[in-house]
Amino acid sequence: MISVEHLSKIFNAGSVNEVVALRDVSLTLGDGEFVTVIGSNGAGKSSLLNCIAGVHAIERGRIRIDGQDVTRAAEHRRARLIGRVFQNPLEGTAASMNVAQNLALAYLRGKPHRLTPGVTRERREFFREQLRTLGMGLEDRLDARVRLLSGGQRQALTLLMATIAQPRILLLDEHTAALDPGAAAQIVELTNRLVREHHLTTLMITHNMAQALALGNRTLMMDKGEIILDIQGAARNGLSVQDLVNKFAQVRKEVIVDDELLLSEALSKTTTQSRLEEKR
Amino acid sequence: MLDALLEFLKSSLFVGAIAQGLCYAAVGVGVYITFRNLSFPDLTIDGTLPLGAGIAAMLILNAKWSPWLTLPVALLGGAAAGATTGLLTTKLKINGLLAGILVSVALFSINLHVMGGRSNLPLLGIDTIFSPLDSLIRKNSDLPASDIEASLVFLAIIALIVSVVNYFLHTEVGLALRATGDNEQMIRAQGVDTDTLKIIGLAISNGFVALCGAMLAQYLGFADTGLGVGLIVAGLASVIIGEILFKPNSTRAALIALVLGSIVYRIAIALALRLDFDLGALHFKLDPLDLKLATAVLVIIALSSQHLNFSRMRRG
Repeated sequence: MISVEHLSKIFNAGSVNEVVALRDVSLTLGDGEFVTVIGSNGAGKSSLLNCIAGVHAIERGRIRIDGQDVTRAAEHRRARLIGRVFQNPLEGTAASMNVAQNLALAYLRGKPHRLTPGVTRERREFFREQLRTLGMGLEDRLDARVRLLSGGQRQALTLLMATIAQPRILLLDEHTAALDPGAAAQIVELTNRLVREHHLTTLMITHNMAQALALGNRTLMMDKGEIILDIQGAARNGLSVQDLVNKFAQVRKEVIVDDELLLSEALSKTTTQSRLEEKR
Repeated sequence: MLDALLEFLKSSLFVGAIAQGLCYAAVGVGVYITFRNLSFPDLTIDGTLPLGAGIAAMLILNAKWSPWLTLPVALLGGAAAGATTGLLTTKLKINGLLAGILVSVALFSINLHVMGGRSNLPLLGIDTIFSPLDSLIRKNSDLPASDIEASLVFLAIIALIVSVVNYFLHTEVGLALRATGDNEQMIRAQGVDTDTLKIIGLAISNGFVALCGAMLAQYLGFADTGLGVGLIVAGLASVIIGEILFKPNSTRAALIALVLGSIVYRIAIALALRLDFDLGALHFKLDPLDLKLATAVLVIIALSSQHLNFSRMRRG
């Protein structure tokens, strides 16, 4: 479903700030596969997602989604195939527009936009039905500005927006990291359900090793722009966070220095939140 | 003071301010589309207003066109100028403010060419868009007939513009345009080509500004290359005054509020120029030379107060 061949991405090439984000990365995801990606800051996880989504042009390599070569396709052209949810709940929605208008834009993904009303009566009914399945009380708030929603509600809405136009793949970039534990758990459950319902091939970045092993059916670990571990099938069953740490040490001949990766779910939550604040 | 106010309300200045407010409301609509919906402060309009005025003047004087037919032509001319700014900023990656300035500077020459090399064209003793109302109004009124006629015509046109823009901003394209200004990353992830939408938005906005220029030339009785100087300030003022006075919570309300804001702004200017505040020791009279300074200060205060107190209140 997704095939990435010999992908390289260099930021600020030729300058003193040159950063090699991805080094000759190759990866194939089968239809319906749900892959979690872990790695410390700067490992290249987000760069990989952004290259697949077309946010960044790539230096070398080839990207295919659902058999189509999208290597040179503009971000908006390949968006039809891709649903995306970002780490920051503010990034996935238009705050000054209401819930129905945001959903209408998502519903129209990949279709030509026309000069007819964006939110019709039939669409409102369809959106209401879809919102009801989220179980977040959003079905009665079609006319509420998105800015008035909580982070969890916004992220649930973004997930629905990512899946409503039936993309072929779903890209999730630490989409629960900025939420409080309760909302994060709700979003994880919702993610699982939507991925299964729509049979979506999914690539999910997480900063939480336990979550990476608990969700999906395959786990990648990235470091310094490379995929250093690819665990699936029988090898993944029953694997613990400590096993993962040991495997990293074996492959890299060094100890994981990013404490964050080792912390339990609750602790990791607070650090990712402070990290997010630093980013802002 | 009160006498002066009453005298003002009865004077031609007051009706004139209303007529001007309704005419310049078209600029307010343009600024609303770019500044409020695309988050793009567009300076092209300084050049597109005189472009529209020049197009109307030349078509009426030289080509003997019907004054009504000059309006769509001016609209198309303005749209072309706006699209140029859009192309510069999206395809050539020129900073948006600079792109607007570049096009408005280029328009200065183009406007001189349009007006046959002259910077001012008088439009007197000719048929205008107001002429059809002549027979109706002149006989039945003490007030200056030309201003009343103009107000009625402008009211009809601005009502049409407001309806069309309100409809447009709720269409599939319009929603995508609003999202482009709100959250560009999000709308690109939804498969929308934001470059195209910025170009469309700038074209529509400048089309209305040029349309305003064509109406203004017929109202003022001349076209002048200097008509658009500092226009962005006037456009912003009408949008912001409307927001502060009427606190609109929908797109339609925001559009109506900016039309009223435009009228309030023109009345305030007329009043400021006329009134003589004499409070004993404090004597204040606005020198016409200081008018632009005063409007700039007004907009600075309005923009900053909005940032401080009105940050929760925006378009809908």
